Amino acid sequence: MSTPTLNQYSTNTASRILSVGGYRPSKRVTNDDLAGPIDSSDEWIRQRTGIVTRQRADADTSLVGMALAAGQQAIERAGIETSDIGAVVVATVTFPYPTGSAAAIIAGELGIHVPAYDISAACAGYCYGVAQADSLVRSGMADYVLVIGAEKLSDFVDPTDRSISFLLGDGAGAVVVGASQEPGISKSNWGSKGEDWDMIRMTRSSIDMRNIIQEVEKTGDATAIVEPGSQGSVWPTLRQEGPSVFRWAVWEMAKVAKQTLADAGIESEDLAAFLPHQANMRIIDEFAKQLKLPEHVAIGRDIADAGNTSAASIPLAMHRLLEEQPELSGGLALQIGFGAGLVYGAQVVRLP
Amino acid sequence: MANKEDILSGLAEIVNEETGLETEEVQLDKNFTDDLDIDSISMMTIVVNAEEKFDVKIPDEEVKNLKTVQDAVDFIANAS
Repeated sequence: MSTPTLNQYSTNTASRILSVGGYRPSKRVTNDDLAGPIDSSDEWIRQRTGIVTRQRADADTSLVGMALAAGQQAIERAGIETSDIGAVVVATVTFPYPTGSAAAIIAGELGIHVPAYDISAACAGYCYGVAQADSLVRSGMADYVLVIGAEKLSDFVDPTDRSISFLLGDGAGAVVVGASQEPGISKSNWGSKGEDWDMIRMTRSSIDMRNIIQEVEKTGDATAIVEPGSQGSVWPTLRQEGPSVFRWAVWEMAKVAKQTLADAGIESEDLAAFLPHQANMRIIDEFAKQLKLPEHVAIGRDIADAGNTSAASIPLAMHRLLEEQPELSGGLALQIGFGAGLVYGAQVVRLP
Repeated sequence: MANKEDILSGLAEIVNEETGLETEEVQLDKNFTDDLDIDSISMMTIVVNAEEKFDVKIPDEEVKNLKTVQDAVDFIANAS
């Protein structure tokens, strides 16, 4: 009996980002709108975060709807047919069902029955997605991958929380990664630090929530369930250890950023843009200072009127930068995401 | 071990660089938050710069105990 040779994928030489799409919900939430329950002010919030307003979705705007809009724009701008997409990867931590996935629903809405899955890597999710798309394309498993970062964080905020809720916004950004002749995505520098998982966390798990509800059902005493959004609410909301996150996000991530440039074989002078996760303007400013970026490097500062949109923040910042400065197209950008997990991911990419 | 006068003057320079406060305003009895109006993010920047300058480790959980300039000077003196 002869031993047959198995067919494997034919690989692609290189990959790059072909296009970027974005969707911003229309509601604008000002600092004054949020200051009351946290005993704060417009000045206090601006000074600590650099945020002036943040974009948030209304009750009728879903995470899937925002992600779909961003994804469709990216496909259109890539100049390909939807049927060319070989995989859909969605980075999100706010799709409210543990199963199925936002990605499969979005693929279904697009009318394609391709591999589709979500990534739970919080604010690093989009960079994780680009790392996977690069791998899928170069391995030959897909010629085009749709990567979407989408969040409706306003569903998980507590108006009385002074640690993170007032930073958060909603939105979706998407890129199409496809095969190319020249390398357009560098080696990914990605990793995790799980021992610090509670530095950015939810107030409770869905199991905790079930236990509270069961207790109420058993005793008839509803005092355990208080108004959604207030402290002690049964509904899980986000919290962070702000100063510790700041230290990690600037000084540890600066090391990751420098290593990413070295791995890519370039210097900071070669960059056209720096696109860090839009966590907080103070982090962006200090991060840029630590990297000693040359004057000509454009820095994504979408956070001032978008807020922190987690997995959506980097592609939205890229989307905006290319609309405001189209001449940056074709230049190199360092993108780096970091957040709950803790997790981080970074690449140098050629801007679409 | 660095002496406390040197630590104070070095710390005052770091605070000046981060906040623009005159170095003379950084005195031992001053509270970082109430007297010097330094927020938690600026405080962390000062801590990281102090770690580098004095070659000490100041863990995150220790930072909240550094309420006054005296607290910081004492901690750095004992750690270095």
